[in-house]
Amino acid sequence: MAANGEGNGGGRGAAGGTTEARGLRGVVANVIAWLDDRVGFSALKPLIKKKEVPIHKHSFWYYIGGMALFLFLLQVATGIMLLIYYRPSAEGAFESVQFLMSDVRFGWLIRSIHSWGANLMIFMAFVHLFSVMLMKAYRKPRELTWMTGVGLLFAALFLGFTGYLLPWNTLAFFATRVGTEIPGVLPVVGPFFREILRGGDDVSGATLTRFFAFHVSFLPAVAFGLIGIHVLLVQKHGMSVPPSVEAQGGAKRSIKFFPQFLMRDLVGWLAAMAMLAAVAAFWPAHLGVKADPFAAAPAGIRPEWYFMFMFQTLKLLPAEILGIEGELVGIGAFGIAGVILFLVPFLDRPKPGAKPGKLWTYLTYGAMVYIIVLTWWGYAASPTN
Amino acid sequence: MSTRSPAAHASGVSVSGGAAVLLALVLTALAWCLLVPGLLRAQALPVSEDCVSCHLKLPDARLSQPAESYPNDIHSQIGLGCLSCHGSGGSDVLDPAMGFLHAPERKNIPALCGRCHSDGAFMRQFDPSLRTDQVAEYWTSVHGKLLRSENDTSVATCVDCHPAHDIRAPSDPTSSVYPKNVPQTCGRCHSDPKRMAGRGIPTDQVAKYTSSVHGKLLLEKGDVSAPVCNTCHGNHGAAPPGLSSVRNVCGNCHTVMAENFDQSGHERLFADQDLPGCATCHNHHDIQPASDEMLVSRTETVCRKCHEEADTAGMQFLEIKGVLDSLTHAADSAREVLDHAENLGMEVSTALFELQDVTNAETRSRNAIHTFSAAAVRKEAAPGFEVTSNALTRGDDALAEHTYRREGLAVFTLFVLLLMTGLILKIRAGESEEARDEQHSSS
Amino acid sequence: MSETAREERSGGLTRKRFIDWLLGTSLGGFVLAVIYPVVRYWVPPVVAESAVSSVTLPFKATDVADNTGRIFKFGSKPGILIKTPSGELRAFNATCTHLSCTVQFRADIENIWCACHNGHYDLNGRNISGPPPRPLDSYNVNVRGDQIIVSVKT
Repeated sequence: MAANGEGNGGGRGAAGGTTEARGLRGVVANVIAWLDDRVGFSALKPLIKKKEVPIHKHSFWYYIGGMALFLFLLQVATGIMLLIYYRPSAEGAFESVQFLMSDVRFGWLIRSIHSWGANLMIFMAFVHLFSVMLMKAYRKPRELTWMTGVGLLFAALFLGFTGYLLPWNTLAFFATRVGTEIPGVLPVVGPFFREILRGGDDVSGATLTRFFAFHVSFLPAVAFGLIGIHVLLVQKHGMSVPPSVEAQGGAKRSIKFFPQFLMRDLVGWLAAMAMLAAVAAFWPAHLGVKADPFAAAPAGIRPEWYFMFMFQTLKLLPAEILGIEGELVGIGAFGIAGVILFLVPFLDRPKPGAKPGKLWTYLTYGAMVYIIVLTWWGYAASPTN
Repeated sequence: MSTRSPAAHASGVSVSGGAAVLLALVLTALAWCLLVPGLLRAQALPVSEDCVSCHLKLPDARLSQPAESYPNDIHSQIGLGCLSCHGSGGSDVLDPAMGFLHAPERKNIPALCGRCHSDGAFMRQFDPSLRTDQVAEYWTSVHGKLLRSENDTSVATCVDCHPAHDIRAPSDPTSSVYPKNVPQTCGRCHSDPKRMAGRGIPTDQVAKYTSSVHGKLLLEKGDVSAPVCNTCHGNHGAAPPGLSSVRNVCGNCHTVMAENFDQSGHERLFADQDLPGCATCHNHHDIQPASDEMLVSRTETVCRKCHEEADTAGMQFLEIKGVLDSLTHAADSAREVLDHAENLGMEVSTALFELQDVTNAETRSRNAIHTFSAAAVRKEAAPGFEVTSNALTRGDDALAEHTYRREGLAVFTLFVLLLMTGLILKIRAGESEEARDEQHSSS
Repeated sequence: MSETAREERSGGLTRKRFIDWLLGTSLGGFVLAVIYPVVRYWVPPVVAESAVSSVTLPFKATDVADNTGRIFKFGSKPGILIKTPSGELRAFNATCTHLSCTVQFRADIENIWCACHNGHYDLNGRNISGPPPRPLDSYNVNVRGDQIIVSVKT
């Protein structure tokens, strides 16, 4: 309610448009000039002005990357706030989250936005990945942009995996136990990997502090670095135009990135924020029951939805394939798929002058169908089978 | 081998009561024994192992059964053999002075067991804390009195509850006197209409007990601390508690109720009218879980037996019922509100925790019913009302918070939508401006 | 031509001003609607945090006199901390094993006692008289400085 009143006040000031406002504008201009004198950011102006966004029938997909970036920043903001009340220990984690949800004003909101925002961010990262793949935006000279992007997707997935455990509830505990078991089947290095992940033989308080450190310092730092390179490269190369548009002689027109495209971005970001707020108000993030390492695993242990297709694949594989452990084959296949994904720009290189092949487009559609079907299957399958 | 034959023959004779040849043999053997000097005598006498090895082979179950089950008997486990009862009184060697004692007559059984069990010095060797007054108690029981005064040997003696040759410690779950097995043990006679014929007592006590609150606790939930037949009737001194002692018997466990009952003045009133204390309202064998309905219901005629609905006491009952009902209702509605809030995703675990305290008040105010004073019940219920009203406040707060979230969301969404509209308009304006500029430049 | 252009321009101007006003107002409102919950979030809540599985009791070790007992919140269950006449601290689940009333410490008889049905437990939580069928569950008690930490026995 207070916000409402203040809003009107602000509106009056802006609507007045009197000398007072002009005076304020003058002050702002002075401050900017003063800063520019010392920092020299007016050098950036041509860079910002230069950037244009081509408009064509696939332009919509240009917004997705920005959306993912916005959601990442929202995660950082809410994550920092959650740190104020969160305590990373097996004894205190669950209780601190419970306290956050029940007693801290708007604690439910911050946590719910963080939790739902993470899901939305990863979803957007996937959409971004596939749209870029289908538009073949990874072609020379954008190989590094692609590779940093894939790195960011992995960082986001790992952020999701580590963050899931932090409330220390039963479901997260057992999902993490299953999740950290998977690399353990790798020959030779498996047990070592598992121990590194878990910080011991089994998931315990040591795992929690480890995951916490990964989640709040290491991974965000990596993500920031990669985002920096990624965005800088996008800025340098400009927007890629898909081959189909290129074939028709390129985009008919373009708009300035600033402010035209950014304003369109903002509309999307606001919509995402409103949606997250609504989801948080109607379906606050669950807390569940405190993890008890000695309890029997509850039925229906599931990973987060973005791991579901891998989880389901491993479940469906037979115990042994060609004399090798089925799970090992599955993990190997996903590992190879990851490497291939990383190297797409180098694998999809048609001979100069030749028409780009359709193979990678089909592969992309295949991967999308596979992920959607397996995810659906994972949720539809009875947890007891 | 010669040491075996007398014992085998002796028992054979005593049971079959047969062949004269055997009798002659036994007499010869006994005479022979008496003639042998003391040193030899001990070796020549039969020992318990000898009884068992032969009895196990006997075709008559009555004779083989004791030998089969005796190894499980508590007396066997502390090293007492057949002859401890059947010949010598404590030692395991036949005392020639006493001679062999075969199955004792029923009327002699208490004395036989009492030979050891009433001897404090003797019993101390095995279990210093075990009581030694069982036989004395037995003679005060209905069983013992009938046996002694009317020579009625069909009444229970020691061995009817503690089956001879298979006696186990009361703490042994397979024992006939283990709490869970007691109803069956007593019921063997008391539920049998043939045995009880002519005695003028019912045979439905065990059936009633089984369906009672105590019976269910013991037999279904396995709570061996629940009372069973002997808890109220005594075990060795089994008899119905007198009318005046019902309050004391129940009060052993239900202390608080008993004290309240004393304060109410009903104890004296009931005694004057030969009413059986607690059992007046709660019955005895088929004691059902008490319900608040007992205070007012027309079908449960508990208070109505004596009181009119409109008299002073009747009004008190109505008032007590009212207090209890409103406490229950307050607790239910607080719980409902909190559950509702929890379903809406609100965190109300603290409030639900605090609401648990209402159980205390509910239980204590129900205890206070036994004062039959509305004021006493009201006093005990008061903390409960405080707990429920606090919980209700917290529940309502949670619901209000839930509404507040929706309102906040509405405000936020409103601003977002306005901002989005503004941006879209701005974008449009920019586009049209651009288009105009293009037009101008082209024209 | 020039007239329509001017009209357009003046109409455009009012519209531009309206759009700017709308943007300014809603931006102000939006910023406040974001900042308000954020600020409220940073303000520490009235109720202090309590943790469980091990709890640090809200009173000091020195505040507990010999031969007394106090109820504390242990997760969603009440717990009872007692200090024996010899000065030893012990903690139990305070839910009576009979009918789930909350037990209390009785200094006069040096027992843990349930008022509902006169159930008695000794100072080790063993049910010694009255209806309770089982002993009380006991917890670990550790004292660090002035803090009393009660934790579940593993």
